[in-house]
Amino acid sequence: MEWLYITMPIAGVEIFWPGLIVLGLGVGIISGFFGMGGGWMVTPGLNILGFPMAFAIGTGIAQMSGPSLVSTLRHGRFGNVDYRLGVIMVLGTVCGFEAGAQTIMWLERIGRVDLYVRYAYLALLALIAWLVFADIVKKRRKEQEALAAGRKLDALSTGIEWHKRLHRIQLPPVIHFKKAGIRCSAWLPIGVSFLTGWLAGVVGIGGGLIRMPALIYLVGCPTHVAVGTDLFEVAISGLYGAATYSYKGRTELLAALIMAAGAAVGAQIGSIATKYVRGYGIRLLFGLAVLGCALSIIFKLIAAANPGVRSLFDGAATVLILGLVVVLAGHILIQFIRGVREELTLKRKPLVRSSL
Amino acid sequence: MKLTSKWLAIWAWSEVSTALAAEAKVQHIVIVADSRQVSGWKAWLTNLYNESHLYFALATIIIIPAVGLAIGKLMDVLLAGLGIDLKTRKLAEH
Repeated sequence: MEWLYITMPIAGVEIFWPGLIVLGLGVGIISGFFGMGGGWMVTPGLNILGFPMAFAIGTGIAQMSGPSLVSTLRHGRFGNVDYRLGVIMVLGTVCGFEAGAQTIMWLERIGRVDLYVRYAYLALLALIAWLVFADIVKKRRKEQEALAAGRKLDALSTGIEWHKRLHRIQLPPVIHFKKAGIRCSAWLPIGVSFLTGWLAGVVGIGGGLIRMPALIYLVGCPTHVAVGTDLFEVAISGLYGAATYSYKGRTELLAALIMAAGAAVGAQIGSIATKYVRGYGIRLLFGLAVLGCALSIIFKLIAAANPGVRSLFDGAATVLILGLVVVLAGHILIQFIRGVREELTLKRKPLVRSSL
Repeated sequence: MKLTSKWLAIWAWSEVSTALAAEAKVQHIVIVADSRQVSGWKAWLTNLYNESHLYFALATIIIIPAVGLAIGKLMDVLLAGLGIDLKTRKLAEH
């Protein structure tokens, strides 16, 4: 079975290449569906496959630039990308990210930065999970109330409506974001992207995991537009990440290429699957992904605090993340297959009728 | 996935500028890959990495998006051939 292994020319390690394709496929599906880069899933996956940590981070980020571009273009075709909003948010994100990096340097001078960062990350994930599930519960309650009153709830109604309050701040320039269907002060997306960029910089992640819910709950984007617009940002930040890590010599191009091949296929599947799933269905799955991610951080914290059980909990965190990739990607794939079947059946129906 | 020349020009510009921006932030650590273990195109890749990290970074940010786009296009053809509508999304909700 030697042909299943390939020597990585730069890292100098033997890698099981079908594992790279499967990992890329899974992460691509999740990334295209939720609108995030998925670095938190790729890094432990590459590490398990045998990459040293330094190469795992760089390679994971480098492979992101291909599939996120594919997903952005696909979502763009579906009308899910507000490019104007995306460009404005990129500016805020970049400034926020730099401010986050400065904050980390300041924290390093205080000491115990890793612990603070992990706790901050955990608190952030808990907040996002609470937001998502509180929103779903509130929306369901509204639906039930409307049903009891004998009327139908507006398809565009939401559970949590913080964005409506924020839209009332009409600080010039006020911009109409056509695809997102919102009219607000330009300072709102700038402020939100600065904040999410800063948080991403502090906790050391790409930011898609924070930006996607921020686009929904603070900026007021419909779920599908939040996914597409966030992917536009991921494509740009992924490109920058690929450049910076490659320049630092921390990218294994061959592995990134093999992964990107699988991820590009997955990105198409994930992006198209959003066609068949309602916005709140995406939010629910996203909430579960965030919970899984939070649980893995708890395992890492337990491992760091108790050297005796370190390997056990570190291993559990990795297994949890990879299990999450398998379950989520599998579920999205099933939704995709069901949706495609229904679409094709609907297309064939009129032909059957006319032939009768 | 129809790409306009304007979009391509912006993309090409961003590729070069990101590589140059990355150059400014580099940490001065020398990592050398062992090219004696490999041959052919792998040896070329290893030598490129050893000789210039800037060219290696440029190659990375050109090759990966290009491969992604090529496979994405191939998937487009395949999925459109199955009869899936790849242009519209009918679900209109928040």
